Amino acid sequence: MKQNVKTKIEISDLKVHYGNKPALNGISFDVYENEILGIIGPAQSGKTTLLKVINRTLEFTADATVEGSVKLDGVDVSTIGDVYGLRRKIGMVLPLPVGLPLSIYDNVAFAPRTAGLRNKAELDEIVERCLQQAALWDEVKDRLNALGTKLSGGQQQRLTIARALSHQPEILCLDEFSIAVDPITTMRIEEVLKMLSTEAKMTIMLVTNLVQQAKRLANRTAFFLNGNLIEIDTTDVIFSENPANQITYDYVNGNFG
Amino acid sequence: MFTETEIGKRNRWSENGMKIFFLVMTILMIVPLLLIIGYLFYRALPVLSFEFLFTNPKDNMRSGGLWAPFLGTIYLVVVSLLVSAPIGVFAAVYLNEYARENWFTRIVNLAVVNLAGVPSIVHALFGVGAFVLFAGLGESVLAASLTLAIMTLPVIIASTKEALNAVPMSFREACWNLGATRWQTIRRIVLPNSISGILTGVILQVSRAAGETAPIMFTGAVFYKAIAEGDVFAYNVLDQCMALSLHLFTISTQVPDVAEGIPYGTAIVLVGTVLLVNAAAIVLRVYLRTRKRW
Repeated sequence: MKQNVKTKIEISDLKVHYGNKPALNGISFDVYENEILGIIGPAQSGKTTLLKVINRTLEFTADATVEGSVKLDGVDVSTIGDVYGLRRKIGMVLPLPVGLPLSIYDNVAFAPRTAGLRNKAELDEIVERCLQQAALWDEVKDRLNALGTKLSGGQQQRLTIARALSHQPEILCLDEFSIAVDPITTMRIEEVLKMLSTEAKMTIMLVTNLVQQAKRLANRTAFFLNGNLIEIDTTDVIFSENPANQITYDYVNGNFG
Repeated sequence: MFTETEIGKRNRWSENGMKIFFLVMTILMIVPLLLIIGYLFYRALPVLSFEFLFTNPKDNMRSGGLWAPFLGTIYLVVVSLLVSAPIGVFAAVYLNEYARENWFTRIVNLAVVNLAGVPSIVHALFGVGAFVLFAGLGESVLAASLTLAIMTLPVIIASTKEALNAVPMSFREACWNLGATRWQTIRRIVLPNSISGILTGVILQVSRAAGETAPIMFTGAVFYKAIAEGDVFAYNVLDQCMALSLHLFTISTQVPDVAEGIPYGTAIVLVGTVLLVNAAAIVLRVYLRTRKRW
């Protein structure tokens, strides 16, 4: 990598157990500022768990235990007092689109409102900006009072992204966002992500089942398997003929998984 | 190509057969209900009138109307729900939204399930001990209502939990990811989308509270008490009252020579009140369901 990169997230020896079942077995790596980091790997490899540790929503899972540390801008997230502020620093997009049972406007205004913003003009501005960024504005600008849950799956996923952007996060985490989205919409969202990376200078963690999606978007790619980080390198190396591990090559080229 | 095979034929027969079987069972369920209500109406017809509802019983219950027991039942139901609905709903919110799975919540949940199955006479004895004697309320509307509240509380908790559970987990996760607190999530998403189920569960407890005799007969309901006719504030909650269910029991078994139609009229008023409240619950549910948002 270039010499002048700044570390945004520093993960060291992170271990997570659900009861006695291990989910992450001591992984360490850094996420650089303003990069798109692709995270690939089959099911049960710990990708989603990793994201939940970063924004501390794993705390809602009763039997989960965490060891090791995740530092955001040098601060261990487990020591942060304002956990809600931490979560607002991180935009999270989950696999299945979730339109909250509120109007489209209220969906996007939800996070700013929970953070205490009441000014109508400011909320209007946030709603429009986020829906534009998520490439949904043109389709919904005339019916912002319609229910978010009544949109199509692809529109709901873009609404979810708009919502994740509404609290002006520094990091955007996407967890298999394209699982319930058609290919055309997937392409549009990918364009949005590129734009967010280049123009908004956002750090993006892209967990994906589609290895080609990581190849298209990511600067670097991490390969997870059974709770272990097998390899992390520039996307060019991971997708080349000779990544450091044979198993990475096999996975990326569809020989298993 | 599409000639029916032996198996196809058998499937068709069993399909039709089962459908008819289930239909017959449904009719069997409805018939007694209609017969009961129809028979009660037929026998009660001579006494039913507005006057019947709004005058006190007279001549040792042998004539007159239902005003005192009718108003008493309303007092008991309203006061008991004022106590049990908020406690039950908020306890259910705690159990479903905040509490983690541990030995404490497991015991509470087990207690809720088991308390819902305790016979009402047992609640009555508890009410006598706890409210009439220990708390010193004496036999009063308040003591009887609290006893009814204890009886309805577990069911309200259970039905509220079910309504809360029907709100998809993914909504909560989405809110938490947006930096919302549990309370913000509950207030903005969970409660608005479970309120119809919660209210239905609460309202259905009205019929139980109105119909029960055992929990009130030792704790506050009396054989006879005359009150001001037409005055809805005629009862004092620290005083005793009459109640429809106990009134029906006494005039059917304890008082000789009661005019023919009066017990039937009492039954019709009791059933009618309950059905009216249930109908309100259904209307409310239908209305809130048309606003269902996912």
